[in-house]
Parts: sequence; structure tokens; C-alpha cells
Amino acid sequence: MQVHSSAGPANDQPVPVGEAEGVSKTFGETRALIDVSLNVLSGECHGLVGRNGAGKSTLVTLLTGLARPDRGTIRLSAQAAPSLADRGAWLAKVACVYQKSMVVPPLTVAENVFLNRPTNGERSPVVNWRRMRERAHDVMLEWGFDIDVDQEAGRLTVEQRQIVEIARALSIGARFLILDEPTASLEKAAVERLFDRVRRLREGGVGILYISHHLEEIYEICDRVSVLRDGELVLSGQVAKVSQENLVAAMIGNAPPRSASEIDAVDEVGALGERRLQVSHLSVRSRSGSVDDVSLEVRAGECLGLLGLEGSGSSTVADAVVGLIKPAAGTISINGKVVPPGKVDAVLRLGVGYVPQDRHARGFAPQLGVGENITLSVLDRISRNVLGVVSSEARDRIAEEQASKLQIVARSLDQPVASLSGGNQQKVVVGRALAPNPSVLVVVNPTVGVDVASKEALLDAVGQARTAGMAVLLVSDDFEDLRICTRLQVMVRGKTAGEFERPPWDRQRLIAAVEGLQPAGVDQG
Amino acid sequence: MTDTTAGRPAKKSGSEVGRRNWRLTILSWFRELTLVPVIVVLMIAGAIVNPVFFTTSNLINVAEGGAALGMVVVAESLILLTGKFDISLQGTFGLAPLLGAWLIAPKASEGLGTQWNPWVGLLVVLAVGLIVGTFNGFLVIKANFNAFIFTLAMSILLTGLQLGWLGGQTIYDLPAAFIYIGSESWFGIPVSVWITVATFAVAAAFLRYHRVGRAMYAIGGSLEAARAAGIKVDRIRIGVFMVASVLAAVGGLMQAGRVTAVTAGQGSNLIFGVFAAAVIGGISLEGGRGRMVGALTGVILLSLVTNILTLSSISSTWIDAVDGAIILIALGLARIIGTEHV
Repeated sequence: MQVHSSAGPANDQPVPVGEAEGVSKTFGETRALIDVSLNVLSGECHGLVGRNGAGKSTLVTLLTGLARPDRGTIRLSAQAAPSLADRGAWLAKVACVYQKSMVVPPLTVAENVFLNRPTNGERSPVVNWRRMRERAHDVMLEWGFDIDVDQEAGRLTVEQRQIVEIARALSIGARFLILDEPTASLEKAAVERLFDRVRRLREGGVGILYISHHLEEIYEICDRVSVLRDGELVLSGQVAKVSQENLVAAMIGNAPPRSASEIDAVDEVGALGERRLQVSHLSVRSRSGSVDDVSLEVRAGECLGLLGLEGSGSSTVADAVVGLIKPAAGTISINGKVVPPGKVDAVLRLGVGYVPQDRHARGFAPQLGVGENITLSVLDRISRNVLGVVSSEARDRIAEEQASKLQIVARSLDQPVASLSGGNQQKVVVGRALAPNPSVLVVVNPTVGVDVASKEALLDAVGQARTAGMAVLLVSDDFEDLRICTRLQVMVRGKTAGEFERPPWDRQRLIAAVEGLQPAGVDQG
Repeated sequence: MTDTTAGRPAKKSGSEVGRRNWRLTILSWFRELTLVPVIVVLMIAGAIVNPVFFTTSNLINVAEGGAALGMVVVAESLILLTGKFDISLQGTFGLAPLLGAWLIAPKASEGLGTQWNPWVGLLVVLAVGLIVGTFNGFLVIKANFNAFIFTLAMSILLTGLQLGWLGGQTIYDLPAAFIYIGSESWFGIPVSVWITVATFAVAAAFLRYHRVGRAMYAIGGSLEAARAAGIKVDRIRIGVFMVASVLAAVGGLMQAGRVTAVTAGQGSNLIFGVFAAAVIGGISLEGGRGRMVGALTGVILLSLVTNILTLSSISSTWIDAVDGAIILIALGLARIIGTEHV
């Protein structure tokens, strides 16, 4: 398999490098894709957009041979797709660069490029290091990637790891690349360099399916764009001919069942109390989304919704507030006291309740009962005696109060949390955060993976806490969560991209702001 | 392993690749040879402690003691590189030669009395290794048992079988062919040392220059990435368990040959030294990192320590404590130098 060391631009006549024709895929009850047809031509960058759950990732698994469509066909380079078992044949045609890095850290760049491929002739199992390094180097030179092939991959930046994965695909001979949210964890300069790379790949005859939440990127780099909504292809066309309004409208679709285009929101905001949480000029460097000079404040009786996509830095702000991550610059104060950076216990003692993003990792102790989990945050209060022995009466009283407020469905307060449904587990996590009656509540994506009834109960409980005078910071990318908010702040790529005072808010304008578009009329912060 | 393009006319891009590589090559060798200064210091200490240390017979003795340990260290290192481990290697180290010896030794010397051909006995030794390794591999990789608890239980089982079988006795009076690799010498150096050195060399070359060897690093470095690249991860990982157990069985054979007997206690507590040698030699417990050269320096270091402590005037009851302290110091040293560049 001599590598195409001269992948000369052969883009006189664009040919489809990847096609889905009338594909459908069903998982259990969910119809993930319904009769979707889409093709990517050589030398083209084809944007694919859609809200979470629209079917983008299902389409990617079909196009990369990780699953087979129930109906319809997949073609690569105008040939029928190989069987799923033949990974090598798929890898030679198509590659997807996921957000999650697929390089092997302890190996060198050259080895990663030639992972599991012969380097000393087709049949020889011998690794020819010299040839491998030279060829990896040639691939880098040819496509203009500036990476030392002898470096250990574990020391590369996110951007460089992406390059290694792209180089690997190109050197196998794949001319169909899928980039899944490639800019999610890149900084601005790196994004520009990525765009240069995409243009160069396009000129070299590579077809790219570009998946992104950031619509402005689609306009900058893509030739065509397709929109998926609820598993269906609802729009496809030349980027130049699709207006931003139409694109956003296609993503959202018709009026959501709850209301027309406005988001349900609290009716009366009520009087605001003193300033409880203040974040000023916060900057944080983080793999999961850096924060760049963000300021915000939350007063008693207020719920600030911090809205942003994954990687926008919104959840990093929450991590910094509760002390899980040390800020590079800026200050955070709670009730006027500056919080010590990076000390979770100290922050929580200042009166902060915290509902973490990943309830399985940080939320609860799975083997412990509902009551014990809820009262973990108030152990000092329920063991007020010399010996520090926990009073089961005090524990049950507090646990019962929270359990009834949140409508937790459990056989008893002793039932292990691990055996509860996702919704009830999340209620336990929220109950634990509310039990000490904190002055500030930080909530991150509280309703992810939760059934509808639990969602309502959870949001109601947080809403009631706010009405009772708590200051709430709600970090979310789910618009349904916003109905309990009294004010919104939108983050895009680590910066504040807009602020929305007082509900009601217009769904379309919010989406435009979150996706990084800037239509006229957004209240600039 | 050394730079192959340097000093040789190569095409332009090639020579550029070669030049850049020098710095990294030296750096990685430096990392592998962290323990060399420690070994030098130990040798000086040995010479001071007891003049017997620098005699040929003592150094051969050190090498012979290290040979059996070294086989198991190679075995464990291979498994560690793929991100798993196997505690029961010490059980195989004891049980495999025991079964072989039992079938070939006369009844008078605690054998079964069948007195089979010694070559059959050798095959039995290897077969026991293969069977235990296959069993471990399938259950840890395919059935997804936790490697720690599963191989620990397996180790207890094997050691228990060994003890029960012999009833605390020792099988002795073994045929010459059976004890050959543990008792004979070629050119003045024990056969076991030749075999272990060759095993290290073959393993090192395989890991460096064979596709499957590189795939093992990829599997240990990132299982998902290896799988996505089309590497047959389960097949390789099970194969590594099998090879490792066979190597451990051969190590056991060396030990048996050296003392010309199989004791009921052969192999017990061996695994701690094995892990210590591998880890201070730079094999990562997380998988995917480390080289055979490093593991070899780990074996040399541990063997020297044992020898010097024996030669010294330290009371034998204190030897374990000193042994442990030296391992801790070596670990700390390896950590400091290792992480500095990672």
C-alpha cells in the first residue's frame, strides 16, 4: 500500500466521496434518522448542523461504518460501503476526527500516523522506523502541517492532536473527512489555522463533512450546508443562498409544544436582595472550555441563567465559582468575601450549594441511602454532640423535608441511590445542595438525562428556592431549563456574547446568540 | 534504536527527520538508563562492604539469581505494557516445574513414580504455563474480570495446589535434561543467564520492530484509539497473557535447576520483586510506557541489592527492611528523572 505521496489536486471534476441515500436508523423507540440523503463531494466542505439529538452523530456512525443503516445505502468514493467487519476498508475511505482525541499518548507522532499499518512492505510485520518517520514527515510536508514527527503524542496540544488524526487519515488514503465539532476546544488563533487547513484540504480534493454548533463557522468555511432536525433532513443547499434566519428556523422547526416562540418564564421577578455572588474579570484556562474575562453577578432572589454550548466555558465558570478549578485571573466573591481559589470545601462553607454537571462522578455516593446522601452536606448540623455521632432523627427530618419538596420517589430513605431512576438520583443531588439552605446555589445542567416529570419537579424546587431569596446561578444549554431564570447571560468561546434582561425572551434570538451569530437587536453586555 | 539515518547520505527530508530525532533519542535513552548511576554506586558499595563481591564467582552468582527473576520480569512487563497485570505469574513459576518434576522423578524422591522421559516433563512445564496463561487471559480480557482480584485468587490457588501436592516436601533427584538450563554453563556463564539475556533482547526487538509489539504499546496507551485503528486488541492481550505465563514457567524451571529440586515454597512472594524491578525500570503501571532495557536495569539493581545485603554484616532479619527501603529510594529517583521530561 504505497502511500499516496503525491495526492495531487485532482479536483477538475468533483466526485462524491461519501454519500448516504435514503438512510433510516432506529434505536429502540427512537427514530434517530428518517430517510436522510446527503452527499459530500471531493473538494467540498459540507456543513452539518442541528440541535443536540437531531441525529448528527447517528449519521456519522453510519458514514464511518460503526453501525449499519436499517434502510438506505451508504456509498464511499461512489462504491458500495464495505462490510462493517472490514475496518481496514472503512479506514481507507473515511475518517472522523471526534472531539475526543484518538491518538495514543505514549507513541510518537509518526507512530500514530502509521498506527497498525505496515511500514516495511505490505506483508512484512517489521516496523521500519526510518521509512515510517520519513513518510510521516512527507505527509506533514505535503499538507503543510508543522509538527515534529518524533515528538511524543502525549505532549501535543489539542490542535496538534487533531492534525495527527487528519494526517493519519490522509496517509491511509482517505479522501472523506468528518470533523465533529473541531473548534470546540480550540482558541481563536487555532481556529483560524484550522480554517486554513480545511481550505488546503479542499484544494487537495478532500471532501469534508463539517459538524459545528457555531453557525458563523459554517458561513465562513463551508460550501453547502445541511440541517438535521429530529432525524430528518430539513434543509440542504448552498451556504451563500441560505440566510441565517432560515438556517436557525430550520434548526428549531415549528413552534415548540410549550409555547409559540417565546420561552416560558417566571411571571414576576420580585424584589432583588443584596449581591450574593460576584465574579469579576474571570479568566480560566481549561481543556473543557476556557473562560476569557467574564464578569457576572447574582443577587438574592435572582436566578441568572448562564447559557452556552459545550466548550463555551459556561460550565468552567461554575467550576471556578465552587473552587474546582483555579482561575488564571479575576476574582470571585460570595457574600462580599473573596473566595480562596481552588478550595472546594472552603467555598461550600461560605454558603454555596452545588449541583455538579456529572451526577455520576461527583453527585452522590451510590451505595448510600437517599437520606444519607441528602444529608452529606449537613453532617455537622445533624451530629451536634460531643462525640460527633450522627443523630438519625435529625437526619431523617432534614431528608424527609427535601424528599417531599422534590417529590423523590423511593421505597424508603434507606434505599441506595444507585437503584433509583436517573430523575430521582438527580433530585437527591439537588436535595443535598439545598439541605444546608445555602445563600448561593450553583446548578450545572440539572435536567440532562432526566424524565419530563422529574424535570418539572427539579426546576420547580430550584425556582422555589429562588423565590425564597436564594441566589441561583444556573448553567445550562437546555432552553427548557431557562423558565426559572430571571436574567440570562450568553457565553460563546469563553466570552460573554450577550445579556438578556427580564423575560420573556425570544427563542430565535437566543439561539442565534448561543450559536455565535449576532443578529441585530441583542442587548449587548 | 539508535539513529539509523545519521552519518549516512539520505534524501533531503530524511536527513532532516534524522537530525531532529537525535535530541529526542538521547533524551529517551537517558530516561531508560536512569538506574545506571545507581547500579554503579551499588557496585562500589558492594566492593567496600565485602571484597568477595568483585570475584567472578560472586558476579556469576548474582547473574544466575537474576536470571529466573528476569524471566518473570519480562513476562510481567509485557502484560503491564498492554495495560493489565498478572499476579499469578509467581504461582506458575512454582507450579509448572513442580508438575513436570513430579511426573519424571522417582517415587523415592517425592515424584509420582511414573518416571516419564525428562523431555516430556519439560513439555509439561511449558504446557502448564500455556494453560494458566490462556485461562487468565480469557477471563480477564473476554469475561472482563478485574485483573487484580482474579489473578490474586489464581495465585493463591496455584500456590496452594503446589503446597498441597507436595505436602510440604521437596522433589529432588531430577534428571539432567530437566535441570540443564538451571545448572549448566556455556563459556563459563550459566545457561539461564544466556537465555534470560536473549529473552530480554528478543522481547526488546519485538516491541520495537514488530507491528504487534507496537500495537501492544498502542493498546496500553489508549485502548479505544487502538481499537479504532483496527488493531485486534483482545487477541493481542490474551496472547500476551499466554506468552507471559510460559516465560514464567521457564523462569521456574531455571530456579528448579539451580537448586536441583522443586520446593513447596518456590515462587512465593516473588511477584513483589517482579513488580518492583519492572516499575523502577520505567515500565508504567498504567500501560503503554517503558522499555525492556529499563526493566533489565531494574532486575540488575534488585539482584545486586540482594547480593550485597547477603554479603554485608547486616543481620538477616533486617535484610527485608533494607531491601524495601532501597526499592522505595529507587522508585523516588525513577519518578524524579522520569517525570521531568514527560
